[in-house]
Order: sequence, then structure tokens, then C-alpha cells
Amino acid sequence: MNKPIIQLVDICKEYYGNQVLKKVNVSVRPGEVHALVGENGAGKSTLMNILFGMAVIHNTGGFSGQVFFDGEKVDITSPKEAMDKGIGMVHQEFMLLPGFTITENIKLNREITKHNVISKILGEKMKSLDMESMRKDARKALDTLGLDIYEMLSVEGLPVGHKQFIEIAREIDKTNVRLLVFDEPTAVLTEIEAELFLKAVKKLASTGIAILFITHRLNEVMRVADNITILRDGEVVGKLAREEASVEKMARLMVGRKIDRIQKTEKKSNGSIDENILEIKNLKVNMPGERVKDVSLEVKKGEILGIGGLAGHGKIGIANGVMGLYPSSGEVVFNGDKIKLNNPKDALSKGMAFVSEDRRGVGLLLEESIEKNIALTAMQVQGKFLKRIAGINFALTWKIRAHARKIIKELDIRCTGPEQITRRLSGGNQQKICIARAISLEPELLFVSEPTRGIDVGAKKIVIDLLLKLNQEMGMTIIITSSELAELRSICDRIAIIYDGKLEGVLPPDADDTDFGLMMAGGHGKAKEVS
Amino acid sequence: MKNAEIKTQQKRMQFMPDIKKGLIRNIVPVVFAVLCIIGACIAQARPLFLLSSVTIRMARNLLLVFSLIIPVVTGLGLNFGIVLGAMAAQIALVAVTHWEITGISGFIVTALLSVPLSIFFGWLTGRILNRAKGNEMITSMMLGFFANGLYQLLFLFVLGGIIPMVNKTIMLPSGIGIKNTVALRGLKYALDNVIKIEYDDLIIPIFTFIVIAVMALAIKFLLQTKLGQELRCVGQDMNIAEASGIDVDKMRITAVILSTILAAWGQLIHLQNIGILQTYGSHEQVGLFAVASILIGGATVTKATIGQAILGTFLFHSLFIISPMAGQKLVGEPQVGEYFRAFVAYGVIGLSLGLHAWQKQQAARNKFEE
Repeated sequence: MNKPIIQLVDICKEYYGNQVLKKVNVSVRPGEVHALVGENGAGKSTLMNILFGMAVIHNTGGFSGQVFFDGEKVDITSPKEAMDKGIGMVHQEFMLLPGFTITENIKLNREITKHNVISKILGEKMKSLDMESMRKDARKALDTLGLDIYEMLSVEGLPVGHKQFIEIAREIDKTNVRLLVFDEPTAVLTEIEAELFLKAVKKLASTGIAILFITHRLNEVMRVADNITILRDGEVVGKLAREEASVEKMARLMVGRKIDRIQKTEKKSNGSIDENILEIKNLKVNMPGERVKDVSLEVKKGEILGIGGLAGHGKIGIANGVMGLYPSSGEVVFNGDKIKLNNPKDALSKGMAFVSEDRRGVGLLLEESIEKNIALTAMQVQGKFLKRIAGINFALTWKIRAHARKIIKELDIRCTGPEQITRRLSGGNQQKICIARAISLEPELLFVSEPTRGIDVGAKKIVIDLLLKLNQEMGMTIIITSSELAELRSICDRIAIIYDGKLEGVLPPDADDTDFGLMMAGGHGKAKEVS
Repeated sequence: MKNAEIKTQQKRMQFMPDIKKGLIRNIVPVVFAVLCIIGACIAQARPLFLLSSVTIRMARNLLLVFSLIIPVVTGLGLNFGIVLGAMAAQIALVAVTHWEITGISGFIVTALLSVPLSIFFGWLTGRILNRAKGNEMITSMMLGFFANGLYQLLFLFVLGGIIPMVNKTIMLPSGIGIKNTVALRGLKYALDNVIKIEYDDLIIPIFTFIVIAVMALAIKFLLQTKLGQELRCVGQDMNIAEASGIDVDKMRITAVILSTILAAWGQLIHLQNIGILQTYGSHEQVGLFAVASILIGGATVTKATIGQAILGTFLFHSLFIISPMAGQKLVGEPQVGEYFRAFVAYGVIGLSLGLHAWQKQQAARNKFEE
């Protein structure tokens, strides 16, 4: 009974010279609930991709280390192989068909069929569905989870909690399942649903199924996990049994790292520091995967505010909502002026600018020249670089060229000239162009989302320095949204942590690791306000 | 038992009839039914005449409209590409007329001959539509126009020009190309005549209706098999289907092939009743009229049933018959009604597609406000 069902031994993996997993060891025994905890980018998903033999692993040079399943060394090369072995996965986003009934969804592509006259002639595909047996199986799986819901209901319109259960029911209905992986299963559940879910997980474990549970919610970990493995930057930084674990301890292990605080020079004062430049009230943003549920936030003139939090909790949605890129509701007041929501032009013309996290999608016109990219928004919104002759706007190319040259020099953009197209520039240089476009508007307030995502270390520093320079020398108020807490802590004056689409609290950058960890995991209760 | 009570309650909540909602949901057929009734009142046509005209047109068109159902279920939208099925049928018809096989045996040979052609055309269509995921409708429509060019090349030049034709009766005087109109003497009423009831003006081709009913049942049956389940799954969400191990591209091609075969047979039934093949025109409006019919029945780009197909065909063709008569009565000009017919066919397609997009937006908004 106590032989591990799955053992991952000394797993190392690198992507393009970037070590993302370093000698990771994890093992789970039958009947055990094992929690895998870590920040975004800690390597959890990579580990799961290895376990499931995802193509992305093999396409990037494979991995080193060994995987033992049920005591045997295995080499899993495809998700199907993993499933055949009895490894089940409950996905973060639902893989359910809304128009099908619960039963049909549970039995998706594993339908029980029976012969009829025509199938005997035309073959397997013409077999009828044995709905009665399918129903019975579905009922059994739902009962195992303790979900009392009619199994022939259509999935459409069911509460998310039920959907999650159906997803699990599908996995346990697979007769051979021995290891179940849950990827942040409670992220979308309400508290009561999460409660039911945790009960179901325990019940499942008691039937001898091993469970690997990936989550950010530390108090849930305390509730269900027998053992806990904490990953940080691709390394196992802690292995705890439940008895020795505490939420604080996990939070510290999860976040803890050295912070290089950039020394700030004295700020030029832009009026009273206590003046609010931006007030966000009850903002709701419907950004898929980053939904903002209800955020109220005040931003002071001249500060650098960081917005942090784990992926999927809505931190990215805030800037996108204020700037009108995703449908939103609530109230945003900028310099005493109410901003029209869902209207990017209004936000831009009032003096806010946005550097999107989606650099190659929203941020840049990849087939256009550097100078056009830099000047575009300013031309559109403010009519800069334009001359109106006989009712038609003409672009003043020489002005654009001069402006581009100046900015290329100032921001040190490495390129062959202002006419080069942006597609083949490096990530760091592309990011600089995005920033250049935003500052061409001469905004009072700049939103920057994930400014250092996907760019190399050297370029990261340059981008961060640039933002700092804009803040200090031009007095620009900057709101940085970033998944890298360390980065926020290095330059921000205050850091707001978003959890579950709501503001969990605002911390000073030198606050304790534990506080950050707790807030990001939603376990902090009261927000600690700093001024 | 308490458990059972909850279940029935849940069931009831889901199926609770809501008249107002039902009316809104079925707004399209309701509007057309009202139009038909108003038109019939104005035209003051003899009921028997109306009935007989509608019956004949239903028999002619139902199977063509049915052929749209499977692609809709599979998520391909409305398959304007059934024009290719009609072409397959017409190629088979010309061949059979050329060989002078007549009667029901001629009909059966034509039906069989059109199958390999439709499978080939459907396979090609399916492959192209797989490359145009998300734009299937416009792609299939354009494909129809393109195929029309090849079809004309075949009938105007290849037949007689490259392939020698022995039977000169269906050829143009020059001996190259098929005549504009080919009388299907041997095949006229081939299917209808097997069993039919005649009463005064009213002719009911019972056997044709039996064939159509059998096809309807076959579609229903098919959708309840494992294959049908896979088709529906693909129609709901391609990504999920793929993830659960269903070969999405193959299923989509299968759906198009089935649709094309049904369309070919539908066109055969259509032409055996008319008795004349407009070599270069019979197939052109097939897709448009079938699509308009099924949409009037209340189907959408994502949902279509046999019932909607029948209701839509009935309403569309009723309006087709009534509107010229009403135009005649109102302004003494049947052309007005004629104009109205064309207007209706295109208008209803545009309107339904617009409505569908609007409903989708509305649903997204509702979801957001929840």
C-alpha cells in the first residue's frame, strides 16, 4: 500500500538554455493527497507537462531524470499514453460541452454502445448509444463524489462548481484511473463549492486513488494535503508533512528571495504627493482568464504603484479595463474627470497611456516600421504629426522621422534605423518601442503590464530603469502590473495585491515575505493599508 | 422520495415553458406564418389549389433542405456547398438520359451513380472547409460559384468535345456541349408514379413522401449513433473533441460528404418531378432556397432539426405561391409578388445571420452581467 504510485526523480528541464526545473523529486503514494505549491513560473506546469508527455516537452529537447509509475520506469511520450496508464487530469478550464447532458459529457468519446441491425452491416460507428448504461455509470461517478444532481441535465447553465464536479466525475469514471492531477481546481469555485470539492477529494483519496493537487490557496492545502512540496524557481524548496506545515511557513518558502531594492534619488515634487490622480471604484472587467470582480483603488500623483498577484486572479484585467480594451463596468475618475469606460480613445485622450502585456498581439504592428509604431497612437488620438490640408490629414513624415530618431537614441533601441519593421527586433527592443509609443502621448499616467515578460535579463534592467527614469525625471505616474513580485518590490512605492478579482491589500515594498505570500494566496483576511 | 423530488424539480425548472420566451425564440417562423396568412387572405386563393401546390413543392424540396442538417449539427454552419451535390445529381442525370434508361430503374441507377460523385465532391469540399474553419459558410458559397465554372466547362465543352457522345438528342446542334434544356422524358415522375393519390387538382406523391420520411428517419438514427455523437461533439467544440480523441477533421469531412449525397438525391427528386433539366441553371439557386427554407423554419447557424426543416419548407413555399397572387390582387401586377419572393429569400438569410450574431453578443453580455 505504501509503495509510491508515481515517482519523479531528479527531473531537470531547460528551455533554450533557461533552467526551469532543477533536480525536482516528487512522489505520491496511493491514497495520498499531495499538494504542489508554488508561484507562477515556479515550474509546476512544466512538471505536469513532463508527467503527461506533452509534445511541448519533446519539441524542446526533452528532459533529464526518471519517472517511475507503479514501481516501473516509464517513458511517457503522449497524453494518451499517460491516460492509458491511469493518470487522469482535471483541467483548469473546463473541457465540457454545454449542449450535452451531464451523462454525455462524462462519457465523452467513451460512450457505451450496442449493436443494431445497421451497425452489423456498416460497422462500429453505426452502433447505437446505450444511454441507460451510460446513465448508470454517470450516476455512480456522481454518487462517489457526493453530488446530488440529475444526470440527464444539460451542462449549459449549471453553476461552475457543478461543472468542476462533472469534470472530475469524468476522470473517475475511467475505470483504470490511479493518479489524478488537479490543476488549480478551486480557482473558479465559491467557498461553499470549494468546501464540497475538498470533501470529494478526500473521499476519492480514501478509495486508494493518488491525488496530486496544484494550488495557490494555502489554507486549502492545510485542509486536505497529506504532504506538501513547495517549488520556487524550478527548485524544491520545501517538503513538508501536514503536521509540520503552516500557512505562514508555506507562504514564506513560496515567495522568499532576495530583493534588490533600487536606490531612488529624491523625487521631483509634482504638487502635493497626497493628491489622487486616479480613483477606481467598483471596477469589474470581463477579461477572459483575468476577470476583475470588484476593485476599488486610489493612485497618488507621482507614485509608482505595483499591481501584483497570481496569474488568473485579475491583476492584468485592471489596466485593460480602465483603458477600455475589455468590457468593463464601474467608475474611473482621472484628475477629477470621469473616464468613459469601454472607450480606449477617451482614456487615451484624457492623458493615460497603456503598454500592453500582449506585446506582439495588441502592442505592435509587427509588419510596420519602428517610426510608424511609435507615432501611431499620438497621430490617432492627439493629431500629432499631422497637418490638415483641405479636410484631409497628411502625415508629416519628417516630423515623425525626427521624433523617432530622438526616441531611438533616448531609449537606446537597437535597430538599423527608424524604417526597420518591428517583427524581427528582440523582445527587449520591442518592449521599448511599446513604451516609446505610450510616452509619445506625453501621458500623465502610464499603465505598464508585464513589462519584462519574455525578455532577457539585461533588457529587463534597462526597461525597469527606463520606467524609473520616466517617473523621476518627467514626474509620470506609473502603474506596473507584473507577475514578478521581486521586480515590483524593487521599484514600486506601494504594491497592491489582487486576489480572486478583488483587492486583497496594499503593502509597502519592504513588507515581510510572509505578508506577500499570504495575500497572494488569499489568506490574509484584513488588508493592511499603507500610506 | 426526496431525491426523486429534487430531480423532477430540476427537470421541470429546465423545461419550464415560458410562452413569451418561446415566442421570441421562434420569432422567425411566427412572422412568416403571419405573412402567409395575411397573404392568403388577400389572394383569396382556392384552398385546394394552395394545398396541391404546396404539397408538390414540399415533395420536391424537402430532402434538399434536410441535407443541411448534418453540417449544422457538426458546427459547419449552413452548407451552401450542397450546390455541388446538385451538380453531381445532374451529371448522373445527363448520363442516364444519354443511356436512355427509363422509369424507376433509371431513377435508381441515377441515384447510385450520383453517390460516388457526391462522395468525391463532398470530400473535396470538406477538405477545403477544414482549411477555412470559422468561415465555412462564405467558403462553401464561393466554392459553389467556382464549381459552377468547372461544371459549365464539362457540359459545354468536354462532353462532345473530348468525350464523344453517341446519343445526339441531348446535344447542342454543333455536337459539342449539352443542350440548355434537357427533357427528362424517361425519368419524369419516375419516383412519384410508384404510388400516388390523385383527387381533382390535388396530387399527392405518396411514395416520394415515403422516401423522404425514410431519409428523415435515417438522419435521426444517424445522429443517435456513435458517429452522430462524435459529429455533435465536434459541432459543440472542436478543441474539446480533439482533446477527447475524436478526429475532428475527419468528422467534418464525413458530415460534408453525407450532406452532399443527400443533396444529390434531393436534387434528383426535385428534377424527376419537374421533368426538365435546365442544364446550366437548375442547380444555381438550390443552396440559397434550401438555406432560406430551413432558416424560416427557425433553424440557426448552430441548431437545426428535421421539424424546423419541414416547417420552414412549408412556410417558404407557401409564401412563394401566395405572394405573386397577393401581388396580383393588390396592384394587379404579379411581378410585385415575384420581386417579393426574391426579396424574401435573400432577406431572410441576411436577417437570420444578423439575428444569430446579435443573440450571440447578447448571450456574452448576459454572461458578463451575471
